[in-house]
Amino acid sequence: MIESDVLVIGGGLAGATAALSAAREGADVRLVSHKESTLRNASGLIDVLGYHDGDLLADPFSTLDNLPEGHPYERVGAEAVEDGLALFDEVLGDLYAGSHTEKNALVPTTGGAVKPTARYPKTVAPGLASDTNEMLLVGFETLTDFDAPLAAEHLENAGVPFEVRGVTARFPMLRADAKITRYAKVLDTNEKGIRSQLVEAIKPHLGDAERVGFPAVLGHDHPEKVREALGRELGAEVFEVPSGPPSLPGMRLENTLFAALREAGVTIETGNPVVDFEDSNGRIDHVKVKRTHQHVPYFANEFVLATGGLVGKGITSSREGVREPVFDLHIPHPENRYDWFEDDAFGDHPFARFGVAVDTDLRPRDSAGAVEFENLRAAGGVLGGADFAAEKSGSGISLATGQFAGKRAAQQS
Amino acid sequence: MSDSEKFPIDVFPEAEDMDLRPGADSCYKCSTCDTSCPVAEVDDDFPGPKFQGPEQWRLKRKEDVSVDESVMKCSNCMRCDGACPAEVPLSQMHNTARGEYVREEMSMLSREYWRNRILANYGTLARVGSKVPRLTNAIMGNSVVQRVNEKFLGITAEREFPDFATETFVEWFEARGGAKVQSDEKRVAYFHGDYANYNTPEVAKALVRVFEHYGYEVAVPDQRCSGTPMFANGMLDDARRAAKFNVEIFHDLVSEGYDIVCSCTSCSMALRQEYPELFSFDGTAEVAAHTYEALEYLRIYEDVEGDLKGANPDVPDLAYHAPCHARNQGLDGQAVNLFADLDGVSVTDVGDSCSGISGTYGWKEENYDTSMKIGEEMFEHMDDAPGETGLTECPTCAMQMGHGSGYEIRHPLEVVESALVE
Ligand SMILES: Cc1cc2nc3c(=O)[nH]c(=O)nc-3n(C[C@H](O)[C@H](O)[C@H](O)COP(=O)(O)OP(=O)(O)OC[C@H]3O[C@@H](n4cnc5c(N)ncnc54)[C@H](O)[C@@H]3O)c2cc1C
Ligand code: SF4
Ligand code: SF4
Repeated sequence: MIESDVLVIGGGLAGATAALSAAREGADVRLVSHKESTLRNASGLIDVLGYHDGDLLADPFSTLDNLPEGHPYERVGAEAVEDGLALFDEVLGDLYAGSHTEKNALVPTTGGAVKPTARYPKTVAPGLASDTNEMLLVGFETLTDFDAPLAAEHLENAGVPFEVRGVTARFPMLRADAKITRYAKVLDTNEKGIRSQLVEAIKPHLGDAERVGFPAVLGHDHPEKVREALGRELGAEVFEVPSGPPSLPGMRLENTLFAALREAGVTIETGNPVVDFEDSNGRIDHVKVKRTHQHVPYFANEFVLATGGLVGKGITSSREGVREPVFDLHIPHPENRYDWFEDDAFGDHPFARFGVAVDTDLRPRDSAGAVEFENLRAAGGVLGGADFAAEKSGSGISLATGQFAGKRAAQQS
Repeated sequence: MSDSEKFPIDVFPEAEDMDLRPGADSCYKCSTCDTSCPVAEVDDDFPGPKFQGPEQWRLKRKEDVSVDESVMKCSNCMRCDGACPAEVPLSQMHNTARGEYVREEMSMLSREYWRNRILANYGTLARVGSKVPRLTNAIMGNSVVQRVNEKFLGITAEREFPDFATETFVEWFEARGGAKVQSDEKRVAYFHGDYANYNTPEVAKALVRVFEHYGYEVAVPDQRCSGTPMFANGMLDDARRAAKFNVEIFHDLVSEGYDIVCSCTSCSMALRQEYPELFSFDGTAEVAAHTYEALEYLRIYEDVEGDLKGANPDVPDLAYHAPCHARNQGLDGQAVNLFADLDGVSVTDVGDSCSGISGTYGWKEENYDTSMKIGEEMFEHMDDAPGETGLTECPTCAMQMGHGSGYEIRHPLEVVESALVE
């Protein structure tokens, strides 16, 4: 019989955080995730709240209390956001920056926009837009996602307080369709002295630039070493411009988080989805994990649903309506499909907020507002009430609600 | 329950006439599969799973092009399958493409073809070799023979051929008089595959003893190779013959109330996923639906977790590597979790990298270096873990672990045997 105190469903940022915080409370925790973590696609930036009502926020914490009822931050409160970030800071240690301030940092993106974010990989740090040092952006012919000259032009138009130029260079050695993991690997191992070759290719363009930004392919296991080596030879600070998907900063984050989970004794199973459940007396008794053809029962005292939103497949939509596929939880949404969208493509679309509605203990509620199951909590993208993309709040909500749900589940188990 | 509920796999009903179409359209080019491919990470010449699967199909559909030879560099680790958020059946596409490549592009007179065919049909070789195990071991271990193999067959001389046991598992099982436990309720049919039979009968014996300990009647029917090495080499005709044989035998047993258990994770993968993806003999779906990895089975039906708590097996500290095919079945955390509370033994997970050998892949002269490069991370982590003994479910991962570290490698079933059966 497969059983644990707490069973976490989903292996994205919310699931990992929930599992980790439950394990730290002393619970025996199992994490089941269908696919490999979606962190591989995420930028690796940890946004808490970048925009409110369309305005860029300097300090996300000043606005947390103004969010409407039902917003995930309103449900768990500012303290949970701080706890979630604290857990994150502890696990990521030196790999991330931003914990010294409550203010948002401004990070240049591959498109040449400037993005407000609360935590960022250390490899990204020298690129912050608040710095005034002259910047050179370097793109590679073979990595078409990053057009450095165009990004530089956009940054200039955005009025950044520094000079910025962009060049497109040839990455030595690799063939045209090499994978980003291959770039990372050769830089990690310095195969055939690739680091120096790369420096030689960039030097003629350096000019007076004091910092040089590359697409985020500077190593998988040893990005700090790669960055330092390149920086030393170039005589300038080297940083990454977060890109993707797929994304190496996201993969590094995933690796560190999952190593911490293993360290904390969490059992991890990837590859199979949770597809069904049995309940009695208002409690989930067990869920069923689909292993190729069998539906294998997984028992637990407490369950955390962290299956993500429309991207993670935690929520599905069809002509018939919007569904939460595992527990068939209620998802408030307008009956008429035409009310899901605004006419304006960039308008405030209701569908962006679709998700499970919860009480202040993160337990999903049915259409009458009653708690659906005593021992089920939801965290991360599966929650409704927030427009992650517009608010720039995705990772922050996952950390805050994941931490909160994991802790509560462990305490109840 | 209706049949379609029980066997939700008939997405591609005409599996045998399949082209590369299925799922190509649902690919949204996110490239996540590429980031999980261990070969693309170290091999410049490998264009990655996205190309091998959905892109190659799109190309083929538009123009009259043939399957690209780079598909032979895919090691069939199936990691891309587990990565794709759009559920594109990548490994199924690769298996099919490889089959087409071998059928249409590869000369049957070429060295590669025969080398691959020999490697893929390891069982035939083993059947002959195991008749005179000591002689075969002496010959295969001979460095002159190894160099000849490399020169004429392209089988790397860097690796030591695995020893043949002096008594095969099946010989042992028959000599002991077959099953020692009779039961009408608890019955398992053991798919041991070639490797446990000819090379590591101790693993197969452990399975029998552990299942008998729990009161199961164990059947050991006649069987052929699961087909995994044949899929990986595009030898689909050989695979079809083997699969058909296995499906017929095991389907009969399923009808008699047996569930199928495997001690090799690539075997369970083949029976439960690759067979129904590629073939549709009568009974394929039922066999797939009743196949389990051995420990997985006990975890579902017995309290093996509880029984192992505080047990004190006679095994050293172990460095565990989860085979890619275990990962794909969601079994990657199983052994470490099960053995966490054993007394006096530490079991350390050496991380989620691929071992790099992927069955026959790392035996080919041209892949040897790539294979060792992929395995490097695992070797390092093994080195950091306490103890000097490895642990894994997959026989070829075990070879690679032993080859790169010099460690002796055990199977989780041997640990359970030592803990529960005196
Ligand atoms: C392309 C991309 C870019 C992003 N960029 C940023 C950014 O710049 N800043 C930022 O703050 N955030 C960003 N995010 C969002 C952020 O990284 C997280 O994705 C978000 O916080 C949601 O996390 P989650 O854990 O709730 O869900 P997800 O990350 O979607 O994870 C859900 C997990 O659940 C699994 N699952 C689904 N159904 C089942 C089931 N039935 N059984 C078992 N497992 C199941 C899935 O396989 C998946 O692993 C980005 C996300 C993406 C995809
Ligand atoms: S099966 Fe493995 S080696 Fe082959 S393409 Fe997929 S990830 Fe790469
Ligand atoms: S992961 Fe799936 S959807 Fe993404 S590129 Fe690969 S096959 Fe296409």
